Order: sequence, then C-alpha cells, then structure tokens
Amino acid sequence: MAAAQEVVTETPTVEAPPKRAMTLGYGTSLALLGLLALVPLFAKNFIIFQMTTLLIYALAVLALNILTGGSGQFSLGQSAFYAVGAYSSAILMEHANINYALTLPISGVICFAFGYLFGKPALRLSGIYLALATFALATAMPQLLKLGVLEPWTGGVQGLVVDKPDAPFGLKMSQDMWLYYFTLAVSTAIYIFSVNLLKSRSGRAFMAIRDNEIAASAMGIDVARYKTLAFGISAGITGVAGALGAIAVQFVAPDSYTVTLAISLFLGMVVGGVGWLPGSIVGAAFIIFVPNIAESISKGLSGAVFGVLLFLVIFLMPHGARQVAMFGQRLVGKLWK
Amino acid sequence: MELLINQVLAGIATGAIYACMALAIVMIYQAIENLNFAQGEMAMFSTFVAWQLMQWGLSYWEAFLITVVLSFVGGIVIERLLFKPLAKAPILTNVAGFIALFAIVNSCAGLIWDFTIKEFPTPFGSAPFLGSQLISTHQAGMIGVTLLLLLLLFFFFRFTRIGLAMRAAAALPESARLVGINTSWMIALGWGMAAAIGSIAGMLIAPVVFLEPNMMGGVLIYGFAAAVLGGLTSPFGAVIGGFLVGIFENLAGTYIPGVGNELKLPIALALIIFVLVVRPAGLFGRAIVKRV
Amino acid sequence: MTAMLNVKDLRAYYGQVQALHGLAFGLKEGSLTTLLGANGAGKTTTLRAICSMVRATGSIEFDGASLLGRSTENIVRLGIAHVPQGRGTFTAMTVEENLQLGAITRKDKAGIASDIERMYNHFPVLKQRHTQQAGTLSGGEQQMLAVARALMLRPRLMLLDEPSFGLAPLIVRELFRILGKINREDKVSILVVEQNAELALELADQAYVIETGRIVMSGNASEIANNEDIRKSYLGY
Repeated sequence: MAAAQEVVTETPTVEAPPKRAMTLGYGTSLALLGLLALVPLFAKNFIIFQMTTLLIYALAVLALNILTGGSGQFSLGQSAFYAVGAYSSAILMEHANINYALTLPISGVICFAFGYLFGKPALRLSGIYLALATFALATAMPQLLKLGVLEPWTGGVQGLVVDKPDAPFGLKMSQDMWLYYFTLAVSTAIYIFSVNLLKSRSGRAFMAIRDNEIAASAMGIDVARYKTLAFGISAGITGVAGALGAIAVQFVAPDSYTVTLAISLFLGMVVGGVGWLPGSIVGAAFIIFVPNIAESISKGLSGAVFGVLLFLVIFLMPHGARQVAMFGQRLVGKLWK
Repeated sequence: MELLINQVLAGIATGAIYACMALAIVMIYQAIENLNFAQGEMAMFSTFVAWQLMQWGLSYWEAFLITVVLSFVGGIVIERLLFKPLAKAPILTNVAGFIALFAIVNSCAGLIWDFTIKEFPTPFGSAPFLGSQLISTHQAGMIGVTLLLLLLLFFFFRFTRIGLAMRAAAALPESARLVGINTSWMIALGWGMAAAIGSIAGMLIAPVVFLEPNMMGGVLIYGFAAAVLGGLTSPFGAVIGGFLVGIFENLAGTYIPGVGNELKLPIALALIIFVLVVRPAGLFGRAIVKRV
Repeated sequence: MTAMLNVKDLRAYYGQVQALHGLAFGLKEGSLTTLLGANGAGKTTTLRAICSMVRATGSIEFDGASLLGRSTENIVRLGIAHVPQGRGTFTAMTVEENLQLGAITRKDKAGIASDIERMYNHFPVLKQRHTQQAGTLSGGEQQMLAVARALMLRPRLMLLDEPSFGLAPLIVRELFRILGKINREDKVSILVVEQNAELALELADQAYVIETGRIVMSGNASEIANNEDIRKSYLGY
C-alpha cells in the first residue's frame, strides 16, 4: 500500500460484456441474414441504397467495436481510416483501372498498415488522451487530403468521381441491388471473421488487455503487439467500409470525411452497445436515421432533438441495444416457460 | 530578427485565445478527469447571452458580470441534471453525453439567435497596442484578463478552504469523503467554474472571431492542444500552453516552407499527438500512477 | 449502560458476494475497542460499513441515530473519523494542508489553529515537516499524519484500519502509545482493527474476534489476551 502513492482507481474506459455475450446465436444470426437478403426484393431503389449505406456504416461501427469493445482502446478518429480506404479505392479505380472488387482488399491492407503505424505511438495513450489524439487525426485528415502536393491523385478539394459497377455475369439486377448484395456479402464475411477473431487467442488477449492492462502483461501477453494489432485490424475493416462507401456514393471528397463522421461512428458504437458486435447495425441505423427523424420533428432544432434523443438512449439504456436485446431474450425465456 | 519578434508577438496575441479556452478545459478536467467536448459551445452560448443583454440596453460590464454569474449557475444546473446521473458510467458514455450536449447547445443557439455573424464589442478598444501593428489593445487586454484569471484561480485553490476541498475531492475522492467533503457538489462547483471561465473566454474571443453559433469550432481544438501541451492538471500550464501553441502556429506558418494557412491546423494537431506521445502529463502536469 | 455505537445484524455485500453475515457488537463511550481476526474475516468491511462505503443492511446506531443510508460525508460530520487502510494521505498536498482538510467541516478558525498546534505536540515530527509534501513522508510519518488528520475533526469516535500495517515495530509501539494517550486525555472513543493481536490487546480495553463475517468471541481485552485457547485458535500467537 505504502508504495503506491497518488494512485487512481480509474473509472473504466469501457464496460464491456463477457465474451459469450458479444455475439448472437446461430439461429438468430441466420434469421437476420435471411431478412437482410430478402428486403431488397420488395423495396425501391432508394431504400436499397439506404440499406447499402446502413451496412457500410455498420461495418465501420463494427470495426470501432473491435478496437474499443474488444481491446479497450478509444477512438474518435475512425473517419481518418474511412477516408484513407475510400481514397485508396477511388484512386486505384480511376488512375490504375483496377476492378472495384479488387480495390477492397487493397484498401483494407493499406488501412491496416496505416492503423498499425498509428497504433504504435498511440500505445502510450489511454482513455481520454487516446480519444484526443485520434480526434486530432480525424480533424486533420480533410486538410491533408486537400494538400496541393497530392492533388494529381486526390483531385484536391474537388475530389474524385467513381463509376458505379454493373451487376456481373449478365445478372438482371439494378446497379443498386447488385451493390447491396455485394456489400452484404462483404459485410457478412467480415462479421464472421470478427466473431471468430474475438473468440480466438488474439481476441482473448484483446479482452484481457481491455479489462486490465497491467494484469494482462503480467500474464505474459504482449500488450504492445496486441494493441497495435487491434488498431490495425480496426483500421483495415474501416478502410474496406470506406472503399465500399466510395463505390456506393460514386464520389470521394475531403469534406465527406470530417470529424463529424468519426463522432457519428463513435455514437453508433455507444448506441449499439460497446463490445456487442450485432449492435453495430443498430448503431448504424441510429446515426443514419435519427438525424432525419430529428429533422422531421423540428427543422430548426434538429441538432437539439438529436442531442435529447441521444441523452435518452444513454440514460435509459447505458449499455445500448445490447441491453434491449438481453431484456428481450429474458422476456422470451420467461414466456417460453 | 524583427520578423521573428513580430511573429512571436502575433503568436502571443492569438495564443491568448487558446489560453483562455484551455483554462476552462483544465478546470473541468480537474473536476471530472474528462474533456468536455461541449465546452466551446457552452462558452459560445454564454457569449450570446451577453450579446443579448447588451441589445437590451445593459452596459458591457453589467452584461459581463451577469453573464459570468448565469454561466456559473448554468454549468451547475447542467451537471446536476445531465451528468451527475452519469458519474459512475464509463468514460465512453460521458463522452457521448458531451457530444449530445454539444448538439443541443449549438442547435438552440442557432434557433434563438440564427446563424448570421454578429459583432461583439470589446471594452479595451482595438487600437494598436504600444504602437505595434501586430497586437491590438483588445489582444493586450485579453492577455491581461487571462493572467488575472490565472492569478485568481491560484489564490482560490491555494488559500481558500473551498479551493482546498475541491483539490482534495479531485485528488482522492474517497479520502475527501472521509474528511466530510461532499465530493459530488465539488464536481458541480467545478462545472460551474469551468462554465464561468468559459464565458469569459467566449466574450474575449468573440470580438476577434465574430459571434455566431459555430465560432468555437476552430478554437476548441487549439484549446485542447494548449491544455494538453501545458498539462491537463495544471491551470498555469494550460495558459503557457495556449501562448506556446499560438507562437508555434505562427512560426511554423512563417518559417517552414509549404506551410500555408491550410497546414496550420494539421500542425497544431500533430503537436497534440506529439506531446501526448512524448510527455503525456504535459509540460507542467503531474503524472498519475495507476493501480491494478 | 447504553453503547455509543451499536451494530446489529450487519450484513455487507461486494456486488453479489456477502462479506458480513449478521455481525453484532457495541462500543461504549470512551472505550478503546479492538476488532481482531484473520485476513478476509471482514474487519475492514465492518469499518467501511459504518462509514457507508460498502452496501450494507441491518442496523448501525451512533448515539441513537441510524447511520445506514446516510452518505459517507454526513456520517463523518456526526463526529466519526475514519483512518482508512493505506491511510488515504493527500500526497500532493503539504502536511499542514492535510491537517486543514481534516478540519474542513469545522467553522471555528481559532479552534482549528490551536488543534493544529496540539497535533504538532502529539506528533513533533509533523511540525518539522509541516510545509513538506505529504507524499515525501515515510510510512510511519504518514500514518501519524493520518491519525492527526482524523483527530482534526474533533471526532467522538475514531475508526482505525490496521494502523500498524507495514510499519517497523518501534514505530508501531510509539503510535499505539499516542493512541492510548488520545483515548484517555482527549476522551476520543477508538475502534481499531488489527492483525497484530498481541499489541492491540495490550492497548485495548474491549475486544471482539471476528471470523468469516461473524463475531465469534467478545470480552475484556485482558481476559482474551490471557486465555490461551482463544489465543491459539483465533489469534495465532
């Protein structure tokens, strides 16, 4: 006791659920996937496009969830990785004529490297300090993309226009619908990867670090390696989401990737439930639709309505959508008996 | 050489803005160990209140005083209503709360006072200060007020019982409760003081950047940079940090080739990251040992 | 004679885990009572429950007023000073500021000033270091500071959690001597939790032995100290 002066038992950065509670059961997952696969057959193109956006944001929120919910690191800078992914994909398509589908893994790898490198210095930071550093990165990103030196590739302030892909193999499908299924396939693959990642040895290491870094290192976990790895993987997935986003909206420009996007993704994670991967889609829905709802309630006060709704979510369900899901599960369990 | 001196002077002038904001940021950090991302918006709202009071015919100093008092009360009310219930929640949830507060305050200000730019008066005039074109009397006044605030804070924390109690509550909440300090109210008091200091910062900044709901967008991030540079646990450091960021920004813009206005912001941000990585406690902050 | 502190059926919980199982004991005004027991028996929890620092049920009465449900700071204001395990020193502040903090709830400036002088008489080493940062003091000095800080409240009851922890035997003796003096001269009732049973029994007039959250033995301190069976089975010396 005497040795530890001025000790602070910190409020936890993250209060995350145990590993088992981080995913859905097989049945529920398949049902949800089926539902997502069927919706476009009955919806208009605009709705399908919105669903595509939903999946893309869900992917970005999922990536943040791995970082924060998984390894306990805090980021308010995901928009930077998203931007790098989007630009990588757009530049590869426009300047190198690479097929859109191939740009995804390349963007992912580029962002993995970027995230991994950023994760190195970020190792020394935790909690609110890391939030601030990532926030700074996100704020700087649009400025960097506008740089004159990079203009031949990035198109400067104007940005780049990207072609929307047609459905392959002569499939009779609208561009929007094809893109939706393409995105759904990619998202599902990444979701499965993420679930398995968190169940793996690395996932356990992440969670040990999240729950107690000092104890984790005492157990022989290479804390530095796993923390940077988490940053890399999170950035990689965000990059893929950014690339998909670029393809979907057919356009990249510096001001599409401001810190507002990073904050949105962060809110999406909080609303969806930190550490609960399926919550990512709920969180994505919140950040896409709630601003619209707020706008329809009051045009002049949409920001205030959004803020109030957000406060309601935090107060009523501090664990986000996970809490609702657990409650529902218990309710169903009771009714069953 | 003259260029250098001029740039340093200009840097100090802009740095005063950041120093003011950083002081408010440090106040709240002392109380809750968290960064209030809505701090700038609260300051902006306070400044609008002062503007409104003057529109209703009050003199500058009357409006100034009333605004500081209202902001103090407002800060306490916000803490009691919105953030006291989150006291035991994870940092993450609190940050989401700050963002929500940001949205609410910004949007309400826009609705009440709309988004057109308004001029805000200065009590110090805007003539050149001591014949220097680089620093105006307003900026000199701003530096003076910032230093005065710092001095007052120093005396408050060092020599008053309530200041001592606030320090104790921030350092070791459990021990503070064991000597009979109501730590929860100390946090509310911290919010009130941060809001009051923020309102002063807002009223000093407004004549420079003009009054509008988004006026703090650019300032807050520099305020963070300043607070981090000086150390989030040190009001003195925050003010020094503010001046340093101002000087650094100006010198980088002048001497590093290719750094025009477009790169000033990234440079300030790079500075944040650099300082955080090299010396997380800042220049004047104290390091804190963590327990398993 | 009614007790000053009366604890009945006290149950305390850390999350789901129950640490105290219906503890009951009393403490007479002016007495120096010790609570003995092995690691994990619930001694610290008992003190924490009195100061409402852990979730508890049952009844704790201080001078007839119920303490359960009050906040820690309100309980302290009733005149109960608690020297926690690890001492709770404000390490970044000076010795004198630490003493000032002990009296933060009091309004009588002159009284506070004279009490600080009184503490310097009890603990001369604190006077030598009164402008020094408390974190620079040695363990024993910090323990003395913690006791002095608690006394600055002018408490009627002082709770001490393992004051001997980590201190050299000579310093422990000195500390206990001063505690006895404070108890007799300043009429402060003391409840001290100790693992060093031999020394605590020497000092105390009343003793309770606690095991797995229950009182298993109570009585006159000297009787317990002289009963070899109890000593061997519960106190281990």
